[in-house]
Amino acid sequence: MLLAKVVGTVVATRKDPRLVSNKLMVVRGVDPRGKAEGNYLVAVDTVDAGVGETVLIVSGSSARMASGMKDCPVDAAIVGIIDAIDVNE
Amino acid sequence: MQLARVIGDVVTTRKDENLVGIKLLVVQPLTPDHQPVGRPLVAVDAVGAGVGEEVFFVRGKEASFPFYPAEPPVDAGIVGIVDHWDVE
Repeated sequence: MLLAKVVGTVVATRKDPRLVSNKLMVVRGVDPRGKAEGNYLVAVDTVDAGVGETVLIVSGSSARMASGMKDCPVDAAIVGIIDAIDVNE
Repeated sequence: MQLARVIGDVVTTRKDENLVGIKLLVVQPLTPDHQPVGRPLVAVDAVGAGVGEEVFFVRGKEASFPFYPAEPPVDAGIVGIVDHWDVE
């Protein structure tokens, strides 16, 4: 899974019916020390994350295993809000 | 599967209900000569690994298989602790 920071929200009116009423966020990867790096991506939010929070992103087909995402056309989901990261290196 | 070193752990309170009780670790992929390569990532732990240990992890939906029949939403999971490896 990726560590990422929520940097924004996405609003879409016309979309796949299975995406209706799901919250979409713009996230950007961060390293374990919190420094932003890498690409921006859109992830569906299943845990009520907010802008500015550091979150855990699951990607690929595993994103469909997030709560309520069964058979939804998604490849990135926010599945946790990070309280702390402890790195010893 | 990929070789990696466990370099840290992650604490989350608010998370997917199927992640409750599963340990999350930060792993740094390694080259065969134990050098870091690529970005660190977060993997779930299925074998009781700890910080500082060298492990191998699996990517993709298969990372959830050790927790069957539960289906936690994970895409990287530690499935073995390496005692040693030899490369010629």
